[in-house]
Amino acid sequence: MTDTPVLSVRNLVVEIPTRHGLLRPVDDVSYDIEAGEILGVVGESGAGKSMTGNAVIGLLDPPARITSGEILLSGQPIHNLGRSALRRLRGKKMGMIFQDPLTSLNPLLTVGEQLSETIREHLDVSHDQARKRAVAALEEVGIPAASARINSYPHEFSGGMRQRVVIALALCAEPDLVIADEPTTALDVSVQAQIMALLKRLCRERGVAVMLVTHDMGVIAEAADRVAVMYAGRLAELGGVREVLTNARHPYTDGLMASTPLASAGLKRLRQIPGAMPRLGALPTGCAFHPRCEYAQDRCRKDPGPTIDSCDGRAACWFPLATDRKEEAQA
Amino acid sequence: MSAIIKVEHLTRVFDVSKPLLNRVIERLPRALLTAVSDVSFEIEENSVYALVGESGSGKSTIGKIMVGLVAPTEGSVQISGVDLASETDAAKIEAVRSEIQMIFQDPFASLNPRWRVRDVIAEPVAAKGGDTTGLAEKLLEQVGLSAADAGKYPHEFSGGQRQRICIARALASNPRIIVCDEPTSALDVSVQAQVLNLMSDLREELGLTYLFISHDLTVVQHMADRIGVLYLGRLVEEAPRDVLFNDPKHPYTQMLFAAAPKMDGFGREIEAPKGEIPDAINPPTGCAFHPRCPLAVERCSRERPEMRNIGKTRVACHMAE
Ligand SMILES: Nc1ncnc2c1ncn2[C@@H]1O[C@H](COP(=O)(O)OP(=O)(O)OP(=O)(O)O)[C@@H](O)[C@H]1O
Ligand SMILES: Nc1ncnc2c1ncn2[C@@H]1O[C@H](COP(=O)(O)OP(=O)(O)O)[C@@H](O)[C@H]1O
Ligand code: SF4
Ligand code: SF4
Ligand SMILES: [Mg+2]
Ligand SMILES: [Mg+2]
Repeated sequence: MTDTPVLSVRNLVVEIPTRHGLLRPVDDVSYDIEAGEILGVVGESGAGKSMTGNAVIGLLDPPARITSGEILLSGQPIHNLGRSALRRLRGKKMGMIFQDPLTSLNPLLTVGEQLSETIREHLDVSHDQARKRAVAALEEVGIPAASARINSYPHEFSGGMRQRVVIALALCAEPDLVIADEPTTALDVSVQAQIMALLKRLCRERGVAVMLVTHDMGVIAEAADRVAVMYAGRLAELGGVREVLTNARHPYTDGLMASTPLASAGLKRLRQIPGAMPRLGALPTGCAFHPRCEYAQDRCRKDPGPTIDSCDGRAACWFPLATDRKEEAQA
Repeated sequence: MSAIIKVEHLTRVFDVSKPLLNRVIERLPRALLTAVSDVSFEIEENSVYALVGESGSGKSTIGKIMVGLVAPTEGSVQISGVDLASETDAAKIEAVRSEIQMIFQDPFASLNPRWRVRDVIAEPVAAKGGDTTGLAEKLLEQVGLSAADAGKYPHEFSGGQRQRICIARALASNPRIIVCDEPTSALDVSVQAQVLNLMSDLREELGLTYLFISHDLTVVQHMADRIGVLYLGRLVEEAPRDVLFNDPKHPYTQMLFAAAPKMDGFGREIEAPKGEIPDAINPPTGCAFHPRCPLAVERCSRERPEMRNIGKTRVACHMAE
């Protein structure tokens, strides 16, 4: 690909100064997302998924801040922009969808007012045109009787409908990038299926680049083109979704897959990863996964933590699992 | 085969009206919400019975009725032959109460932060004046923690460890039945696996019976012997695990299975389910699923389908065969 990726994150580091020292919720993270591509970001809670997303859209809560690395939006650096410049980019160039739709909606305005406002802020259209676009945006995300519902307030919608409104809001100014942070985690499976189908269709039709943050491997498998697995603030593995999920090279990815009930179908006991993810203030030396890793060796404890670039380009692991392991197991 | 729990025609209605004054001023009628509607099923001793269904389908309400936290409006739950709601013999009620315990979804909210783990675990026994010497230590080891943890406070533990503490506390009074309401929903998958394995081990070692409440189909498929599917407070289908997964008969069960994301579903495109769960205060007439059902016929909006036996499946649908 010679095209400039829509989003390019380079060696991103986010730090939080605390009384107990400096924490690094995001440590040397790099990835790209192309137009029309969905990058899934997975990992257990506290892995740094939301922090990474928030850093990209400029919504880090102080004292958390970007201390090194760069973020390029269509080739333009945005990591060093001020608050107001970032606010202008949000909506126009970047849309966002969070787990709780109410965080993105103003309870005091009708959804029509919120949509029109966002549209007029970013596109040069008349009042009337903005309203028409707002109705069209609601129709597109599957709100029935959109021209009537446009006068409703957020609390008059169900959870699933609210999330549709948020998607309409995120996309109404035609951004190039959408950050969706656990967009369906609070929803029932039937509504989740509706929202994911909608997100996939809009991404495909409009060529939007999507960063889809979730802890649900099933959602990733069905929606993402590529997947980034995070552990303790770092990227553990990055690659095509099918390759990573069916042929994990990082022992953590492998453990995550194996510990889901589906992978153990027919087994009496699930495979489990011992222990739990370390707290940021108490990260192990070397590879942060080593206390839980069944393949850990001396080097894992002593050398500085592996990165994807310092290893095989896919997994941040000194001893990645063999690619042909699956075939061996089957033979 | 003997049923340790018998649920018969269980119904629970909640009054969700606004306060009387508002109702008079705004001329609103009383609002009644039927959270559980005419549900019957049995749980065999030493088995795992799972209740699945989407939010608001009545899973937790059934669990709470079972342990006596919520009273039924109609119908009954019999545990070892005793109906808690109608039994008058206090000794019998007490005996049955200690046979059944509950663990909840949120291991953070359900532990008193100011108590040491030892006291948290032993509390149900201490409250009845029982002997608690060494009890917490023994139970901690049984759930895979160490006896030395008894002196610590809940905040010193991770989510998975706290859920183990909740399990230890539930085990303290030597129950035969445990109602588990989404016991791993707040946990990460790698930790979920640890807790589910522990629950399977305990079932075998102690001969426990579980009512396992979950919305996660893969977890249910792993854990359950028998599964009941709820929709808007009604049991719509029930079958042994493999029968249900191989041959779901109710259109709602089929929709649920199709909608659940699959870990091997790369690029899978599904026809997204139609509509949303209706308001439980004004449920649709007849079969509550009819506005969303692809098979619905005229009769479905008129007549509520009875539970029927088809092979090993019980299903409430006019069209199922
Ligand atoms: N104490 C209560 N007062 C009023 N309504 C209630 C009460 N408890 C439950 N309900 C209602 O009863 C219905 C069933 O609730 P329940 O908590 O049993 O659902 P659930 O299947 O456990 O859902 P979830 O998956 O969200 O936990 C819901 O509509 C709920 O709002
Ligand atoms: N304000 C804060 N102060 C200290 N630590 C924080 C703060 N906000 C988040 N963290 C920590 O940063 C890490 C990453 O958090 P987050 O990005 O929210 O994880 P995820 O979204 O993957 O669950 C976690 O360990 C979290 O506890
Ligand atoms: S670097 Fe070592 S400890 Fe880390 S994942 Fe690889 S083998 Fe395991
Ligand atoms: S009874 Fe009718 S509406 Fe209900 S599930 Fe069966 S076919 Fe569908
Ligand atoms: Mg998060
Ligand atoms: Mg519940």
